[in-house]
Formats: sequence, C-alpha cells, structure tokens
Amino acid sequence: MSIWMILTVILYLGAVGYLGFRGYRTTHTATDYMLGGRKTHPYVMAMSYGATFISTSAIVGFGGAAGVFGMGLLWLTFFNIFVGIFLAFCLFGAPTRRMGLRLDAHTFPELLGRRFQSRFIQGAAALVIFLFLPLYASAVLTGAAKYIASQFAIDYNAALFMFAAIIAVYVVMGGLKGVMATDALQGTIMFFGMAILLVMTYNKLGGVTEAHQRLTDLAAAVPAKLQAGGHQGWTSMPKFGAPLWWVLVSTIILGVGIGVLAQPQLAVRYMTVKSNKELNRAIPIGGVFIMLMTGVAFIVGALSNVYFHETTGNVAIAAAKGDVEAIIPMFLQGTMPGWFSILFMLTLMSAAMSTLSSQFHVMGTSLGRDLVEESLGRKKKGGGVVATRVGVLAGIMIAVALSYIMEIKFGKTGTAIVARGTAIFFGLCACAFLPMYVGALWSRSITKAGAIAGMLTGLFTSLFWMTFVLEKSSTALLLCEKWFGTRSLAISLVDGKEVFASTGPFIWAFVDPLIIGLPLSILVTVLVSLFTKKYAAQHLDRCLTK
Amino acid sequence: MLGIKDPWVAAPYILCILSALLCVVWGILKWNKGDNEEPEEEIRQWAEEEDRVEDEL
Repeated sequence: MSIWMILTVILYLGAVGYLGFRGYRTTHTATDYMLGGRKTHPYVMAMSYGATFISTSAIVGFGGAAGVFGMGLLWLTFFNIFVGIFLAFCLFGAPTRRMGLRLDAHTFPELLGRRFQSRFIQGAAALVIFLFLPLYASAVLTGAAKYIASQFAIDYNAALFMFAAIIAVYVVMGGLKGVMATDALQGTIMFFGMAILLVMTYNKLGGVTEAHQRLTDLAAAVPAKLQAGGHQGWTSMPKFGAPLWWVLVSTIILGVGIGVLAQPQLAVRYMTVKSNKELNRAIPIGGVFIMLMTGVAFIVGALSNVYFHETTGNVAIAAAKGDVEAIIPMFLQGTMPGWFSILFMLTLMSAAMSTLSSQFHVMGTSLGRDLVEESLGRKKKGGGVVATRVGVLAGIMIAVALSYIMEIKFGKTGTAIVARGTAIFFGLCACAFLPMYVGALWSRSITKAGAIAGMLTGLFTSLFWMTFVLEKSSTALLLCEKWFGTRSLAISLVDGKEVFASTGPFIWAFVDPLIIGLPLSILVTVLVSLFTKKYAAQHLDRCLTK
Repeated sequence: MLGIKDPWVAAPYILCILSALLCVVWGILKWNKGDNEEPEEEIRQWAEEEDRVEDEL
C-alpha cells in the first residue's frame, strides 16, 4: 500500500466527515433529519438516488456476473435507466412528492400508512424493512469489508467494525442531509472512476467494435458446463428457456430491474425536493450516471474474457477459479496503471458507503418513526429525531452483527445467505409494496383491505418461494433440505440424479419470486378492493388531485 | 452490429445509450417546468403544521 493511497483515503474521509458535520449543523427538525428539509438540490438528489442504488456488488458482483453471462446483462442496465430512472422519476416522482407533502409523510411506510389511513400498513411495512433490510445491508457491508481488508492488508473484522463506525457517525449525526451530501460526493467519484475505466478498457482492446468482435470470436471457448446451461457466447443471449436464460432474465434482469421501483430508501428521495422542477432536472443526471455504473461494469466484465483468454488461455470465470467477485478486481490489477487502482478503490468505497448510509437511515426511520412513534403511539418530547437516531444505531448494529456472526457461525452457508441479501430484499419489496404503492399514487378504487391483503400476499408468497422453491436461495437457507430432504421443492431426486420440475418453458427452480409474487399480489389487491369499503372522496381528493 | 453477434444483445447496448439520451433531452426540455406547483397557501399550511408538531414534541 503506497503513501498516495493512504493520503487519498485520509482526504476522502476528511471530506465525508466535513459533509456529515455540515448535515449535523443544519439539521434542526424531524423533516431535516428524515427528508433533508424538503429542499434538496437536484444534482444532490439525483446523485444520491443513483449512488444509493448502485452498491459495490452492482459493480464487482454483477460486473463479475457479466464475465460469466456476457453482455446480455445490458438489459438490466437498460431497465435501470428506463424504468429505474426515467419512468420512476417521470411517473412516480411527482405524485409521491406531492402526496408526501400533503399528508406530511416523512418516510415511505408513513406515506403508505397515511394514504391508506392504516397504522397497520405503516407498522407492517416498517417491520418488513427493519427485518429484511439488514440482510441487504450486511451483503454490502461484508463485500466492502472484504475489499478493504485485502487492499489495506488488515483483519476482516477490523475492517468491518471501522467501516461501519465511520458510516454510523455521519448517518446518526447528519441525518438525511449528511447522507445525501456525502452520497453526492461519492457519486461524483464513482462517475469519474467508471468513465475512465470504460475508456481505458476499450482503448486497451482496440476500440469499441474491435473489442466486441474479439469477444464474439471467443464463443467457442465457452466452458462445457456453461454450454450445457444454455450459454451461447458472451455477445449472445443464453438459449431461450434454458436454466441460464431463466437466471439472467427472471432473477437478474426483472428481479432487480423492476424491484427498484418499490425500494423505500429510493422512493423517499422524491420527497426531499422542493418542486417537480428538481425532479425533472435530476432525470438527465441520474440517467447518465446509471449508464456509466452498471453499463460500464457489465461491458468491462464481459470484455475481461478477451483479456484473460489472451493472457492465461482461460476465460474469466476459469481464470478467477470460479470466484465471480474476483473477476473485476483481477482484470483491473492486470490491465490498469497503479494510479487507477487508487481511484477504483475510492469508487468502490464510495459505492458501498453511499448505499449503506441510506440503508442505515431507512432502517432508523422505520424503527424510530414508523414503529415506535407512529404505530405504537409512543411520542415523546423531541422524540422524532432521537428515536430515529436510536433506530439508525440499532440498524447498524444488526447489520454488523449479521456480517460478523453469519460467517463465523454458519461458515459458507452464512456467506451464501448474506450474498442473497440484495436479491431477497429487492424481491420482497417489489411483491409486498409495488401494487399498493402504484394503487396509492393513481387509483381511487384500492381499499384499505385490498392494500393490506395484497401486501401480505406478496410478502408471504415471495418468502415461501425464496425459502422452498428458488434453488439459489432455498439451497442457501437450508430449511427446505431440513424439512423436506431436498434443496428445492421443484427439484426431485430420481436414481440419485436431480430432476428439475418444469411446465412449458418454466423451470420452476430458476423462476424468480417476483414472477410469482407480483402478479398474485396485484390480483389479490384488485379483487379484495372490488368488494370492500372505498375511501371518502374528500380523502382521495386530498391525496390524488394535482 | 458493433461487433456484437446477437441482435438481442446489440439491442440493449443501443437502448442504454438511447434511454440515457432520452433522459438528457427530457431534462433539457423540462429544465424550468414544474416550479411552484403547490399553491403558496398549501406550502404555508404544511410549514405551520410542521412547526406546531415540532413545538408539541
């Protein structure tokens, strides 16, 4: 580790500390702490949204996945930009902001709770967030701590505790103002880091078309195991209906691509700006930012096969000895100059810190504001900010404990469960919240009973599917194996060989919970709403009229 | 196209660029739109309610 690296990290942490302190100085009310005073600058808002969305695992984990699956992953980038930014801001942004203001909602569960006039919805949504977000946070935290431990040659646990402590300080003290200001700085670093990576990678491989052509020509080198799963080369989609096609399309592209719409830590961002003008201005910044994040990670991940094949004779996944997350760091180490490794280290630290800070903040507001204050009705003097600060601390401790204990206590199984954290949380949020959230913003017909029934259906269907059917998570969670003697209910053993249950093109063990849970949740929300009591026109007018 | 064999992979490559461009064009066209949509009265009421809640707390 060079002196430059140490100096850069100190400078970076100093800047983060300053922005956190500035957030602390300007935070006086609950609205300041939870919504940044509702006057956030569009650049800060857009960068904060983007940087929160993109974690280390989106760059290193999904970038590595592109090294395996190829450039088909760019469908996810397209969804990220078009659905996650354009549609999200154009369609969801304005009504969410307006309704949040009219109902004086400070958090995503509070918005839903007040729209449907239900403390149960607010409490249940907050409970789902508080129970499952730590798993997603610990996935990000574990990845970041491992990276820091390897970069600085320090113990994993020391890296874990130090990293969490630094984030804890500025989230607890600075509230959302501190979180969003640091996000904007971190987003800017990520922007430059990834832009330079793209240019240098294409440059190294002979230009855009030449680099893609060399990757296309590698199709014959696809390992036999991947070919059997439907892999047809890194510039082709997997064979339609094959296991790899299902993983790519249902879990990676749809699961994450659509799941983003109902992420509480992102939806709350719409309520932080003063008017729709700021939302409009945030769209171009967010769109270009996301293209440079996942787009670059997926292109570079896929193209790394060309480099590895030419230097080691193996494709990326073989060169990384099966460790998907090692592909991007190994590629950078082999191809990029020393100064870039410092910039990329800052990029990854920024990606992790920006995602974690918002996760911790949302966990805190869920526990402090939604559960303790509103649902249980325990309001105390000055309680808004204090309860939330205590909630943030509790959330951080749970996430750190998960990252610490899971690996020690459950070894590889623990690591596998944590690694599924991102997908589990995205899937749960989409199935439980999306139908209700869409109904809240645009429908006058969705009733309280309909919203609750839909939320519970989505929640429990996706939990069931993750625990007992989707082989990737059911294998990690072990419950299915323990209770039914098979790692997934959609896999049976015939003569000692695994047989995957399928119906038409659906191979059930590879179908994401979102494909099952979301349609069911929509159906139940609509059906129950048809037969239950509607809201008074006055309340609907207040929530929905422009 | 662009050295990419499968049109189903070339499509998202192009679509990523086009959708980012769409975001930029949208942002430029709407740069000054959507200001002060809420009537002043509504914002004032909200601010008053906020102050009252803070005082109570």
